[in-house]
Amino acid sequence: MTTTSVDPAGRASDGGAAGPGPAAPARDGRRRRNPAGAARRWTAIGFAAPLLAYLAVFYAYPLWRNIELSLHDYTVRAFVQGDPAFAGFEKYAEVFTSNAFGPALVNTALFTLVSIAFQYAIGLALAVFFHANFRLSGVLRALFLVPWLLPLIVSSSTWAWMLNSDHGIINSVIEAFGGTQINWLTSPDTALTAVIIANIWLGVPFNLVILYAGLQQIPAEVYEAASIDGATAPQRFWRITFPLLRSVSAITLLLGFVYTLKVVDVIWIMTTGGPGDASLTLAVWSYREAFGTGQPDFSPAAAIGNLLILIALVFGFVHLRMQRTWERS
Amino acid sequence: MRHRKPLARPAAAGLTAAALALAAACSSDGGSGDAETYTWWDPYPQHTDDSAWAERVDACGEEAGVTIDRTASDTTDLTNQALLAAQEGTSPDIILLDNPAVSTLADTGMLTTVDELGLDVTGVDENLLAAGVVDDAAYGIPVGANTLAIYYNAEILEAAGVDPASITDWDTLTAALAQVTGNGDKGMTFAAIGTEEGSFQFLPWFWGAGADLRDLDSPEAVAALELWTGWLESGYAPNSVITNSQNTTWEEFLTGEFGFALNGTWQVNSAAEADFATGVIQIPAREGGIAPAPTGGEFLIAPVQADAERYDITRQIVECMTTPEGFVETATTFAYYVPPTAEGQEALLEAEPELEPWVTAVREAKGRTSDNLGTDYPKISEALWTAVQHALSGSATPAEALQQAQADAEAALG
Repeated sequence: MTTTSVDPAGRASDGGAAGPGPAAPARDGRRRRNPAGAARRWTAIGFAAPLLAYLAVFYAYPLWRNIELSLHDYTVRAFVQGDPAFAGFEKYAEVFTSNAFGPALVNTALFTLVSIAFQYAIGLALAVFFHANFRLSGVLRALFLVPWLLPLIVSSSTWAWMLNSDHGIINSVIEAFGGTQINWLTSPDTALTAVIIANIWLGVPFNLVILYAGLQQIPAEVYEAASIDGATAPQRFWRITFPLLRSVSAITLLLGFVYTLKVVDVIWIMTTGGPGDASLTLAVWSYREAFGTGQPDFSPAAAIGNLLILIALVFGFVHLRMQRTWERS
Repeated sequence: MRHRKPLARPAAAGLTAAALALAAACSSDGGSGDAETYTWWDPYPQHTDDSAWAERVDACGEEAGVTIDRTASDTTDLTNQALLAAQEGTSPDIILLDNPAVSTLADTGMLTTVDELGLDVTGVDENLLAAGVVDDAAYGIPVGANTLAIYYNAEILEAAGVDPASITDWDTLTAALAQVTGNGDKGMTFAAIGTEEGSFQFLPWFWGAGADLRDLDSPEAVAALELWTGWLESGYAPNSVITNSQNTTWEEFLTGEFGFALNGTWQVNSAAEADFATGVIQIPAREGGIAPAPTGGEFLIAPVQADAERYDITRQIVECMTTPEGFVETATTFAYYVPPTAEGQEALLEAEPELEPWVTAVREAKGRTSDNLGTDYPKISEALWTAVQHALSGSATPAEALQQAQADAEAALG
């Protein structure tokens, strides 16, 4: 349910690119009303049809269904018998007034923003580092992709095991250096930090790959000119690399934001959003309502899911807006 | 944005077409198999089509003169699948389902009662049947039951000078834990994870104190939670229990570092294969005696079919699976099932006398959805495991956590 959240935002920009193709002839045809135009129009629709059907079945229908779920009171009985009572925004009100809402919203913000800030910073640092193209940089870069290739259940379980309070390797190291045991996953003070750390590790490769590709596109001459002018390394980074990576950075951050917003698996496997609600994010909350208990509560879960879609959508629009401003300047 | 507008009309047309196609797909009644084929779902994907289990299912179909089309998926998935199928009118003839989910499905009206099916369940132990009873009607029959007890590491206990037979109530258990940890070993491990498993493991202590699920903040309930938090504070149990699932707990126990582990019948074989000698004791109640542990295990249920004539064959298949010999066979196939009838239990003990403590535990056990809690149980359980999490992690005292839990449960039940 929540996985659809990535798509409206992602699709919003895709749709814009696909638009002009089939659209132009259609407008043409309407103006002239000649048989050739009509044929062209049908051809255009024919070509667009598979995409439209795909969008309708995999994006529009689930989205509509999710909204429908959230506006009705779907108890398990109503779900089977198909006769849910219309609840309007009651389920949304329930979500907003729930004790878990405040903490979940704050946790979501912290989890998302801290994760992408670190993922981006580390990813950029590594990208710049590997851009120097030293010996073995290819091999090392490939090794950095491993977190991305591992199934999430494997990496999350491994992190949970490493962060274990009593026999986790991280606590063993801390204790070896004279520290005291930290209850990473089992203390309400550190659980969120622990899942953020794991999530940062998971997200670095994605940032590294995209930013590295972005770096390749910066012409070498610019750097040459800068070094002739006597620019220092930090100057070259802040005056050339960083500004020229602006649009790549923006899309990396946006995608990172949407991906992180909807993370369920990492948190669910490591802490199930606990202890209590200490590491509960909106996405995990939605999952917990729908599938985490013995009794599925689809309506509030869908309401939370829709809320996530809205948040992702808002940031998608902010991104489009920013991009347009840059294009104009 | 502007140039995308002309797309709107075809898009709308495509959407309508797709919606229609979907609606058609949903309403076309797949139904169960034809008159010769009966569909069967169970939560044992580990038993493939050529396993002894699958053969038994097939054999029961043959006996009733039909073929059985068996599909296996994991437990959580199975409940969701069952709900979806019921919504689409494509329910299978028979589902083997985890017992706490039975009342949830029964509440939707998608299950037949045993009376409608014509099934005789008089021989089944009442405490086990209760998990599937909603408003005095029984839905389905348990194929076997499992429950919790305390496994111990005989070598660690011997080294610490603890006699397992001396553990008869909470005080003696805590004293034993003190002795074991005093001797340099770890005490006890259990699962207090924030899911149903956490509630499952807490319930023997909760019920053993005399607490009631309708009254989560009673002094008895607080005492049970204080027992657990006390163990964590004294170092008798590791802090990691807060995120431990039952499997993790068992792995901790298998390292040989722990004196005790709370776990279920399903680990009997694994315990026998451990690198150290193990034993089993019953979970003690607060003031002595055996605490009621929650029952685990699956029910055979029969979803409502459009064609009521199918029930006769369905009943024959269910009966074939639930004869005393059938129960024993199920028990040995899964190595962790205790038959739900007295007759079946005797037959099992004859074959495998070492399962005696487990038969006792199952006889004392109690269904989670019993006491007519039914579909209220999952909501109460969620409040309960949340309270356990809060108290063990120190974000609230046991009394505060349970007070909040009672308030949450009341709010959830409306």
